[in-house]
Amino acid sequence: MSAAPRTRRSWSLYDLRVRAILYQVLLVLAVGLVAWFLVSNTAHNLETRQIASGFGFLKREAGFAIGETTLISYSAADTYLRALTVGVLNTFRVSLIGIVLATVLGTLIGLARLSHNWLLSKLAAGYVETLRNVPLLVQLFFWYTVISDNLPGPRQALSPVSGVFLSNRGIALPVLHAHPAHVWMAVALVAGAIAAWWLTRWARRRQALTGQPFPALAAGSALVLGLPLIVFLAFGAPFHLERPVLRGFNFTGGATLTPEFAALLGGLTTYTAAFIAEIVRAGVLAVDRGQFEAAYALGLRPRRAMRLVVLPQALRVIVPPLTSQFLNLTKNSSLAVAIGYPDLVSIANTTMNQTGQAIEGIAIIMAVYLTISLSISVFMNWYNKRIALKGARR
Amino acid sequence: MGARAIRWLRSNLFYSVPSSLATLVLLYIAWKLVPPFFDWAFVNAVWTAPQPSVCRSAAGACWAFIVEKHRFILFGTYPYDQQWRPGLGILIFLALYFVSALRVCWRPWLAWVWLGGLTLIGVLMWGGVPGLPYVGDGSWGGLMLTLILATFGIAAAFPLSILLALGRRSNMPAVRTACVLYIELIRGVPLISLLFMASVMLPLFLPEGLTIDKLLRAQIAMVMFAVAYLAEVVRGGLQAIPNGQYEAAEALGLSYWRKMLLIILPQALRISIPPLVNTFIAFFKDTSLVVIIGLFDLLTAVKVALNEPAWSGYGMEAYLFASLVYFVFCFSMSKYSQRLERDLSRGRRHILRED
Repeated sequence: MSAAPRTRRSWSLYDLRVRAILYQVLLVLAVGLVAWFLVSNTAHNLETRQIASGFGFLKREAGFAIGETTLISYSAADTYLRALTVGVLNTFRVSLIGIVLATVLGTLIGLARLSHNWLLSKLAAGYVETLRNVPLLVQLFFWYTVISDNLPGPRQALSPVSGVFLSNRGIALPVLHAHPAHVWMAVALVAGAIAAWWLTRWARRRQALTGQPFPALAAGSALVLGLPLIVFLAFGAPFHLERPVLRGFNFTGGATLTPEFAALLGGLTTYTAAFIAEIVRAGVLAVDRGQFEAAYALGLRPRRAMRLVVLPQALRVIVPPLTSQFLNLTKNSSLAVAIGYPDLVSIANTTMNQTGQAIEGIAIIMAVYLTISLSISVFMNWYNKRIALKGARR
Repeated sequence: MGARAIRWLRSNLFYSVPSSLATLVLLYIAWKLVPPFFDWAFVNAVWTAPQPSVCRSAAGACWAFIVEKHRFILFGTYPYDQQWRPGLGILIFLALYFVSALRVCWRPWLAWVWLGGLTLIGVLMWGGVPGLPYVGDGSWGGLMLTLILATFGIAAAFPLSILLALGRRSNMPAVRTACVLYIELIRGVPLISLLFMASVMLPLFLPEGLTIDKLLRAQIAMVMFAVAYLAEVVRGGLQAIPNGQYEAAEALGLSYWRKMLLIILPQALRISIPPLVNTFIAFFKDTSLVVIIGLFDLLTAVKVALNEPAWSGYGMEAYLFASLVYFVFCFSMSKYSQRLERDLSRGRRHILRED
């Protein structure tokens, strides 16, 4: 009597577990069917249009020139693979520089908005509201048109600071004349950083064991800055700025940012800085006033209170949205295609137009961006775990 | 009065040496930048010009370009004598936004108002009924197209995103995995790659003979994109609902869908409205990307207007104007969302206190 209903119930559609399995089987079947439908259509269409699929085209000669290259050289006779690599490197170049500049600018504006100075905070608020509410693409077009249409030619170039020239050919900047000493300074910097890291660890362990504080920050900074400085002086302080000089119709020497790069970098930096400013402001506001007061009550001086009590808590709020802004900036750099900076999307677009390999081209774009996104989110998860409150319930 | 002003200045602008310095530096920069800009934008500007040559000789901004091209920027290449139709359409859109912003209108009938309004706009734009000649969507454009892409995109994406968010929080592993994969995939790639996919790959996916026009393809890509972002916002709302609500609904014997529709979603959506509005703002701005695949939205119209040799070189005016149009929409949405957030949180505090 009791066995029969149980067996029947275990196969009944009213059993939630049976239904769950059924739904999932249906979902998998539906997804599979749609995928099969799309793939078979695509295969058929490719066949009728006589497009060979696959990544073989990457080894063929690209045959188009690229306006600017980063790190590796490129000519029209190189392969598509090399062209796309140049694109990826260009994407990285503008994103990395943009991230650094946007973080600095955004932090400054975020703190300015918190300032007690009425004028400063209102200006910062106006900056944030304006830049956030206008599409990035419009801003990019605006900067590009300002540089290429409204700036004077190289002969009448504006020079806001000596050695820097703004013209419709881009922005000419002085660069440091390369000297072997600079390589050794970089080595010294890395060595100093490693030594400082080790020193901080040692100081923290000693303080935990004996209670003896050690000025790790000062000593560490001295190591990081001092070692390169000693190397610099040992080589006889080789410091020579190579200034851009007007020769004929354009500037030679120094470094020139093309109008495309300058517009893209400027647009990405100022746009993202507006979002970063809000994140920084929210992070600082999120730290309770009582935390400052408690730190002072413990006898910490303002700088130490900031560094040991307030900043760690503010960073916990700031860092997660900040990384997602970095990711946004990297993804937004794909708008380069609209103003002609040769980033990955722009070069993949040219490649698709020339070879007709649309699927492969888009797959490459998506794969590169997904790799960047996933690596950043893996890092984020690691970081969040590291800084999470111990024993916190969230 | 004077004493009060001085006290205000001293406590807000000159309360310390660094602060006074900052104020002076900022005032100096403003003195250097604001008057020349004012001269350029207003004093020396040309507002109407019978010929473009009038602008060439002027020292200031050429707003006459905008005045001359305003119909083109608003409506694109829509037949000139029929442009009252997209004009009326813009008004209907604005009315829809306004009604949706009023909290007394947050009732189930609002969905019907939207359905009716959007249908009306579709009929108005396509025509093909007596009195309204047919206009293909290839010639739609300008601000109207921007509003269409943004509004229809959100209207289609929002219900789908609720399903996706529920799927992501489902107990069924296959459903959850599928939803997580979709959301992470879409959020990991730039919108441009999806737009490219829609414009060059989608035709390859479809069986021979079946084609979808360009506007619809772009709209599909934008919806696919918006769904992933909206779903994450809705998920945030769902997570904020205390477990007791879920358990109470189950204790009443409600089925999954009734539990969600009657108990959970009304609360979850209400608290996610401010972040939803922020997502709308981002989406509204993102519609400008269709310029890259050659759709004729507001930004494309501005760019094309600039291509006319007689009017070329007024990019600054053109893009400032485009910025202003986008700004008006986005800024009002963002102010609205901030006010709403304040009101809603005040309401919640109030309820808590009553308990």
